[in-house]
Amino acid sequence: MSALEDMARRTGAWLSNVGPMSDVVISSRIRLARNLKGFPFLSKTSETERREIYRTFSDRIGETELGNNCVFLDMSESPPLDRELLVERHLISRQHADGEGCRGVAVSPGEERALMINEEDHLRIQVLTSGLQLEALWKEIDRVDNLIEEGVEYAFDPRLGYLTACPTNVGTGIRVSVMLHLPALKLTQEIDRVLRATRDMRLAVRGLYGEGTEAIGDFFQVSNQTTLGKSEEEIVREFTHDIIPQIVEYELRARDTLASERAYQLDDKVWRAVGILGNARSMSTEESLLLLSHVRMGINMGRYKSVDLNVLNELFLQTQPAHLQKLHGSTLDGESRRILRAEYFRRRLGGNN
Amino acid sequence: MPMLCQQCSQSSATVHLTDVLPSGEKRERHLCETCAQQEGLLLKPQEGIASILEKFVKHGATVQQAANLRCPQCSTTWREFRSQGVLGCPDDYEVFAEHLVPLIERAHEGASEHVGKVPASSGDSAKRQARLLKLRRELNQAVEREDYERAAQLRDEIKAVEDERP
Repeated sequence: MSALEDMARRTGAWLSNVGPMSDVVISSRIRLARNLKGFPFLSKTSETERREIYRTFSDRIGETELGNNCVFLDMSESPPLDRELLVERHLISRQHADGEGCRGVAVSPGEERALMINEEDHLRIQVLTSGLQLEALWKEIDRVDNLIEEGVEYAFDPRLGYLTACPTNVGTGIRVSVMLHLPALKLTQEIDRVLRATRDMRLAVRGLYGEGTEAIGDFFQVSNQTTLGKSEEEIVREFTHDIIPQIVEYELRARDTLASERAYQLDDKVWRAVGILGNARSMSTEESLLLLSHVRMGINMGRYKSVDLNVLNELFLQTQPAHLQKLHGSTLDGESRRILRAEYFRRRLGGNN
Repeated sequence: MPMLCQQCSQSSATVHLTDVLPSGEKRERHLCETCAQQEGLLLKPQEGIASILEKFVKHGATVQQAANLRCPQCSTTWREFRSQGVLGCPDDYEVFAEHLVPLIERAHEGASEHVGKVPASSGDSAKRQARLLKLRRELNQAVEREDYERAAQLRDEIKAVEDERP
């Protein structure tokens, strides 16, 4: 079995429901943008230079323990389905999947770390885990960054910090992102207010798959935009002790309100979702995300107990288009995918129907 | 018959204003050019149309100049950066500094200096500079929250770093 088929059968490190506030915080992620000194940024590199950058980093990764058992993929040689699979698992960006030229990714065996080479910057280091665990992630990514840096020289300016292709990342090159599940704020219609306040704090709010994606199924990614003038620790601290706990508190309060004042409405949402997932004959990704969101809310609030959260996570990931096809063993058109997805849910949630 | 200036009642009023008073009430005023100038409501005569035009043309020229600014290293132009949003090489930060810094400040809540991690390989002076920046920032924050004990401590630390041999 190939490494990716094997991957498709498991859930990643960030989908394991452990860690603080995991009833609202699905996952935490930190990435660092780095570039080699003495090379142009990627919009101006020749293919030879790209290959040299690629080799420099892949050699460096191989020289350290970061290379142990990691899955190394050359994007320019990977089939589209494999690249899609990595996007669905949050291991590479959409941009990296759709890009051109020599580029790759090194994924650690447990998927808690992914190093993208030749994305928008020469190197993007990413670490991810479930729940709100940014402080631990910062320690880990700092260590990984140091390991790489011992063997290469980064483009760095004492005044501006780490130099990046896009000036919006200059300085620390850090992006801290937290994925939140906010179904109650959606149901009580407070979500817009909360998101507006979040944006007013100079934070970006995006959908499940980052840049340019809509928030489907009540999943939102909150990340920093300022990378200059604040230290990495400061940014991590703000997220861990201020920003995220505040949003989580709003969500939990909304859940309490729903449970005490509109319990029938809440249960109706949850049980309808269970009913449709267990009986439908055709299902789009969007619809399934919305329904899974409601079931997740039911499980997290103790109102629905027949399905374990781990099973739900597995369903969540494995019914995404690329996963579905990878597990099926071939590419499928939209209609066949919708039928297969519905079958999959019926088998796992529908009993005998 | 032309309206006379409300101020001097001599020349004809050519400047017509509607003020909105704090009460929300509107007040119309009609002034002659001289009186309006005295109130600072008009451009001075030497700031005539010709000089405004000249400034405009000059401004246009600087914009044009900026657009054609080119990095000798990677040959990226400012215009190219503005249309694509990404720079061509690390040197661009230096080459375009004059035009880039205001953009950077806008994107990063007014900041234009890095505070945070410094690569281990960068020289001691870079590391010292980074430490000083961080300490000075902390000092400002301490003063802001009136934590004078911490501020005194930070001043000593800053002095110690400054006194280190470069």
